[in-house]
Amino acid sequence: MSKPLAKLQGVSRVYQKGKERVEVLHDIDVEIPEGDFIAIMGPSGSGKTTLLNLLGGLDKPDAGTVVVGDAELSSMSNSQLSHWRATHVGFIFQFYNLLPVLTAQKNVELPLLLTRFSSKERAERAAIALDIVGLADRAKHYPRELSGGQEQRVAIARAIVSDPTLLLCDEPTGDLDRETADEILKLLQILNKEHGKTIVMVTHDAQAAEYANRTLLVDKGKLGFKAAA
Amino acid sequence: MKSIRQILAVTLLNLRNLPKRVAASVVAVIGVAAVVMVFSAVLSMATGFERTMTAAGADDTAVILRSGSTAELNSGLSNEQALIVANAPGVLKDGDQPVISAELYVIVDLEKKATGTEANVPFRGVQESAFAVRNNIGIVEGRMFEPGKNEIIVGRAAQQEFRGLELDSVIRFGKNEWSVVGVFEAGGGVSESELWTDVRVLQGAYRRGNSFQSVRVRLESVDSIGALREALEADPRIDPDVSTEREYYSEQSEALSTFIKVIGYPLTILMSIGAIFGALNTMYSSVSVRGKEIATLRALGFGPLPVMVSTIIESTLLALIGGLIGSVAAFLIFNGFQVSTLNFANFSQVVFDFAVTPDLIRQGLVAALVIGVVGGLFPAIRAARMPVALALREL
Amino acid sequence: MKYFGLIWSNAWRKKIRTSLTILSVFVAFLLFALLSAVGYAFGVGANFADAERLIVINKITLINPLPIAYQNRIAATPGVRSVTHNTWFGGYYQDERNQFAQFPVDPEEYFSVYSELVLPDEQFEAWRKNRTGAIVGQALADQYGWEVGDRIPIQATIWTKADGGRSWEFDIEGIFSSKTAGAGATTFMLFQYDYFDEARAFGNGTIGWYVLRVDPDADPVQVADAIDQQFANSANETETSTEEAFAASFAKQYGDIGLIVRLILAAVFFTLLLVAGNTMSQSVRERISELAVLKTLGFTDMSVLWTVLAEALLILAIGAILGLGVGWLAVEGLNSQFGTQVPLYLTPMAFVTAFVIMVVAGILSGIMPALQAMRLTITDALARG
Repeated sequence: MSKPLAKLQGVSRVYQKGKERVEVLHDIDVEIPEGDFIAIMGPSGSGKTTLLNLLGGLDKPDAGTVVVGDAELSSMSNSQLSHWRATHVGFIFQFYNLLPVLTAQKNVELPLLLTRFSSKERAERAAIALDIVGLADRAKHYPRELSGGQEQRVAIARAIVSDPTLLLCDEPTGDLDRETADEILKLLQILNKEHGKTIVMVTHDAQAAEYANRTLLVDKGKLGFKAAA
Repeated sequence: MKSIRQILAVTLLNLRNLPKRVAASVVAVIGVAAVVMVFSAVLSMATGFERTMTAAGADDTAVILRSGSTAELNSGLSNEQALIVANAPGVLKDGDQPVISAELYVIVDLEKKATGTEANVPFRGVQESAFAVRNNIGIVEGRMFEPGKNEIIVGRAAQQEFRGLELDSVIRFGKNEWSVVGVFEAGGGVSESELWTDVRVLQGAYRRGNSFQSVRVRLESVDSIGALREALEADPRIDPDVSTEREYYSEQSEALSTFIKVIGYPLTILMSIGAIFGALNTMYSSVSVRGKEIATLRALGFGPLPVMVSTIIESTLLALIGGLIGSVAAFLIFNGFQVSTLNFANFSQVVFDFAVTPDLIRQGLVAALVIGVVGGLFPAIRAARMPVALALREL
Repeated sequence: MKYFGLIWSNAWRKKIRTSLTILSVFVAFLLFALLSAVGYAFGVGANFADAERLIVINKITLINPLPIAYQNRIAATPGVRSVTHNTWFGGYYQDERNQFAQFPVDPEEYFSVYSELVLPDEQFEAWRKNRTGAIVGQALADQYGWEVGDRIPIQATIWTKADGGRSWEFDIEGIFSSKTAGAGATTFMLFQYDYFDEARAFGNGTIGWYVLRVDPDADPVQVADAIDQQFANSANETETSTEEAFAASFAKQYGDIGLIVRLILAAVFFTLLLVAGNTMSQSVRERISELAVLKTLGFTDMSVLWTVLAEALLILAIGAILGLGVGWLAVEGLNSQFGTQVPLYLTPMAFVTAFVIMVVAGILSGIMPALQAMRLTITDALARG
């Protein structure tokens, strides 16, 4: 096993829902090795998405530390986190979250606006990313002109365009039919195996989880690895 | 019958969830209110000015000026010429005395209370029958000036507008001092912007010898103007312009009120277009917010017409509310607001009130109605044409 | 600048809505241009005022004449460089509606005081030598199609001739232009005072008012006081003021037109702000999840704020530039038609003001939605979307 890319130690996260205090994660310790492909499963409200948000620096723990690579996310400011996200992590959402007003190409270029690349370099890199996801011929299309699977591929291209080490996927196949979902999952596998991306994927589809190397179970704020099948 | 019931049902449904769209609706209402208010304010200036100028104009009073002079200020008539007018046919006689007033018109500088700047105020020298040749005019405070003395009476409007014209005060023009002994009203007419004194005293003070600038006569009847004009124009000793008082003043007011209207109407049209864009925006977003609701209604079997009409009713209602707010605000703020401006023909100030008349309010509400209907029409068409299945799935 | 594509695409998210908003901004700035031009017409005298020029009028009022004999005494006052006189002629050409300004003057003196006027030397000589000669401004000549050599009748409303006639005939000997920019600079006519004074029926030996130029090192206020003191307690006391103060107080005679214009514009822009602000907040409300995605991708709170604000500014700027452009064309067009009666002009200052209004309105209409976008927390927004 290679060295851990991400390390959560003693992490707790509590939400205030009206008068009720909900502890979504309680004293979690977890290590994610570099180059791994982990699926996170668990019932609704078990804290899967919260865990993902903590790893991506979208949320901060109430206790404990979150370290990804050299960065201690739990002690960084919001704007530091923004800059860190721009280069170190790629997000893939259930509903793709492409900007409807931009073409596929421009959507993929979006994260590169935060870099020093020239507009020509941005276009080249976006084209490469689109090529990797197999959508080079759809670059000029707007999201509404693409199918769900294609939209998700564009979203994946956007996630990898700035060449982050970590990809975080929140139900990436939740809105897709079986066949399309399998294609997307194979693509993620390729990114993991051939491009060396570390992938953490939240899902409640057991078949999707099978594409991962390991499955992490979350329930009532606690974790456990599922025995390898 | 059925469709009217449908329209009613859909409209009520719309209005019931209006509070949810309150921000956009308020924007539309305020937009229309601003248009109607600006319209009423600008045009009330024109109507107020016209009213003041025409209130003074009678059809049975004639004004005689030197030919080509266009206004009293430019005119000049000798004592002999004034006598010719007095004895001309068509002039009303009181006993054997003709009812005429030969007058002198000069300008004095007074300070405007509102701005503190100097303004040209008309100072008129009149004869004893000045009140008899004019309609609707009388002393309301103090007394008439005594002939031969440096005494003046001041118009009510002039007194309100300019500094130093309080009753019993003494005011200095050039080397002469004048006592204010009375205040007169003239039915809101232009005379109220003036100061009056005995013409003989004014001739002396301004070294005008025995000359006048205008002669006003009371006519025997409205029709006598023709006879008077004919007689005077035939007389080689005088080269006059003869007009009725109404003609004289409406000609003078024409330039300024036309100018205000030339500015006011295009201004309103442009602003209305702006307000239509605002209303369109509001209604388009109203339709898109209600997209699911409209689609549900259509799926339940409501026709496209009730959906369309209800949208137009909503926008018209919003526009009319705006129109009413604008009219009421214009009336409260501007009606009766007194200002004075330069009447270029006589190079002197005319004091007048803004007049927000019922007619102006009607015009303002018509503008609001147009804005509402146009602003609702296109969004209504879109609402009616919305494909039901698509709208249901989208939301 | 690299965000421009993103901002531009966002601005056109809903084409109808954005177009309507731009059109209302367009209308507002069109009105601004037209009303500024009208405002200019009312203060037109002040636009040509020269700080080194003083106006001497009869203390009673401007329309009371002064004796021509005062000229030498004014010229002899220390600090006075040159003096000329003016008289309001008040005539019209052919129809009473065709009123414009005519002044009987002394050619040499007039040009030494009004040094901004430009007239070719040979035309000036021809005018000086012809008693019934006149020169007209370029704008006036353009409007009535006059050329050098034309003989034109002017109908007097005040100054009848000694023979009782009201029609004065003049030979156009020259057409002058002005170094001062702006409509109304060349919409008047000048003719010889000597001819005027001999031919008129009354008022001989008087003039309307004096205009003088002070020495560059003299204090205009002291010179003005010195002149007024000389004539104190005489039959015709004088009141001397700078050309600028005179023009400003004359403009006030019309009432506070500027105030009315400003009130209308305030109402217009207030409405505009509401429309534009409402559009922006609707637009932001619709794309809360998109804004959250931007932040997820690593856009900072500040850059999200700027993209929203820039979008509001962009919409304002497009509408404002179109409105000012069309307004400018309209003003130029109207001015070529009616410029001699109502000189309309958009001053450079009006453009600067419009620019400032544009920026301020853009910021005001965009700031609330922009702040809302900035404060958005990603996890809440994504959960909602």
